[in-house]
Amino acid sequence: MVREVSTDVSLLLKDVQKSFREPDGSPLPVLNIAHFEVKSAEQVALVGQSGGGKTTLLNVISGITSADAGLVQIDGVDITRLHEVSRDRFRAERIGIVFQTFNLLPAFTAMENVLLGMTFSGQVDRKYASSLLEQVGLGQRLNHKPGQLSVGEQQRVSVARALANRPKLMLADEPTASVDLAHQETILTLLRNACSENGVALLLVTHSQEVSAQFDRVEELAAFNTPQVAA
Amino acid sequence: MTLLSIAWKSIRQRSLASSLTALSVALGVALMIAVLVINGVIARMFSQSGSGYNLIVGPKGSELQLVLSTIYRIAKPIENLPWRFYEELTERREVEEAVPIALGDFTEHGGFPIVGTLPRYFAIDYSPGHAFEVDGDFLSSDWDAVIGAEVARVNGWGVGSRFRMIHGGRDPEDAHVHDEKFTVRGVLAPTGTPNDRSVFIHLEGFFQIAGHEKPLEEAIAREAEFFAEPVEKVRERYQEDLAREAKEAAEAHDHHGHDHGHHDHGHDHHAHHAVPDAQKEVTSILVLCPPDKPLAGIMLQNKLKEGVQAQAVNPIQVMRTLMDNLVGNIRYALMVLTGLIIVVSGIGIFVSIYNSMSDRKREIAVMRALGARRQQVFSIILLESILLTVGGGLLGLLLGHGLVFIASPIVATRSGLLIDPLHFETVELLILPVLLAMATLIGIVPGMTAYRTDVAGALYD
Repeated sequence: MVREVSTDVSLLLKDVQKSFREPDGSPLPVLNIAHFEVKSAEQVALVGQSGGGKTTLLNVISGITSADAGLVQIDGVDITRLHEVSRDRFRAERIGIVFQTFNLLPAFTAMENVLLGMTFSGQVDRKYASSLLEQVGLGQRLNHKPGQLSVGEQQRVSVARALANRPKLMLADEPTASVDLAHQETILTLLRNACSENGVALLLVTHSQEVSAQFDRVEELAAFNTPQVAA
Repeated sequence: MTLLSIAWKSIRQRSLASSLTALSVALGVALMIAVLVINGVIARMFSQSGSGYNLIVGPKGSELQLVLSTIYRIAKPIENLPWRFYEELTERREVEEAVPIALGDFTEHGGFPIVGTLPRYFAIDYSPGHAFEVDGDFLSSDWDAVIGAEVARVNGWGVGSRFRMIHGGRDPEDAHVHDEKFTVRGVLAPTGTPNDRSVFIHLEGFFQIAGHEKPLEEAIAREAEFFAEPVEKVRERYQEDLAREAKEAAEAHDHHGHDHGHHDHGHDHHAHHAVPDAQKEVTSILVLCPPDKPLAGIMLQNKLKEGVQAQAVNPIQVMRTLMDNLVGNIRYALMVLTGLIIVVSGIGIFVSIYNSMSDRKREIAVMRALGARRQQVFSIILLESILLTVGGGLLGLLLGHGLVFIASPIVATRSGLLIDPLHFETVELLILPVLLAMATLIGIVPGMTAYRTDVAGALYD
């Protein structure tokens, strides 16, 4: 039984380790984080070099990839102790993800893309999905497919989709990297405002100083992640 | 939004490949339906429509030909039986009722088979518990005709219509049109049997048609041969007829040279006389055995076997043998073939879905990242397979019956078999469950591919 504790910490990582296997079978350590936390409704920019483990960290936090060791606690629940099925459901219900390449499904309309996440959590609410799209300025584009939307509009749909299940934690992986400069500011403002309005903690991975400069808290991954081969 | 609607969206995304694969299933199922329905109808017709009678008596020869010509009217008659044989047959104690049948002619219009018979034909049920119903009257006078429902529909005939007939079969080269005209007195209600495509005329009228009676001497010789009696003995039997013919021949000689310019053989203008029994022949005799003598049929069959000129066959037995040995095997072969077509279409669906999986890794990974469980993405792929296969199957059911609908008049024209396109074979109920099982099998492998998708790898590929 996983204990759920009341806390103002949205994300807590303790002694998290993750390594992969090299083709020759030798271990490739990627994550070794002693302590890292994000408070409720806090917005944190995570910066770091390419190949530094940022994406792996997001995957471990979201439960897409399992940590080898340590505690990954989200909204009081240690997801490393959850069975895969429960972890999938937990991800659907409490974690929103915004991808760098949006990852909208091309056959689905903007509305259906938002409803998709709700479908897997079992809580389909068309009215709320519609209001989210209105909130990101796409109230008139509900039935447009991704191919009929501009790049900026597509990223807005992905923000609305990430918020669909009223998550406690939003993970954004380079959300502005695929949009032009003119739209970067808009997307970022939209994402941050949406998280603030909905009381969602935001952990945003970026390599852009312009983007990270807008955050009160900026963390350098290398500062708290010290991967090393076990002796 | 449900998993089903997600699967449906995915199918629509690959609309061309999806519709082609579903169509291949549909065609396989349509062919199977056509085979099933047509076979079912044929089987039923062949097993039921002859069952109003216990036996068919006809000349020695092929039992099947006797049944096909007498009951189904789709084969040439074997030969003829003398009228005396029919009369003697009616005296037998194994025979409750005997109805003579004379075949060989067709309607000039539409080519429907002509059945010369007696009014009693309509007194016997065409199948157990089903009596003939007629709009108008049954046969009463020599030049009366009663037509089947299909004849009325196709030829647009009704009570009062008049028609002529062709002798010598449907082949135009050796056929000639008789001058005599018959008048439709009644139209039979549909029976679902070859009677619907038949035209019944009074046997007396049939005999009186010019050319139907053999010359008396020839008929006597043939009767003598048939009964293995001396010709003289048979001549004695028909002494009166021979004398009358001699007298008529002398009169004709006296009137030689008269104007024969206009000669209308229409029965209402032509003086017909009763045909002597010696010159009457029938092609077969339908026999009803006494219901209180269950072995009467077998006894009659055995007795006729002893002779060399006639045979009695049980139409149900003959047709069952045909169905079991030939039609049944053809049906089986066709079923196997159409089954293989469906399996091949199933493989097509498998290939289509499986090939799409590499393109859809990212889509599946996105769903998983959004919280879809492995079982859910597996179910989505399985549902796609089921939608394509079962959807194709349903389309095939409609197509199949549509095919039968289109084919039924052609089959009816060519073979005389009446097929109800809306008829539903019970075995059709099995098609959808079988397709469902096949779809599940088809969906398992691509479903497992989706199930095992490496989410992190596919998301950032």
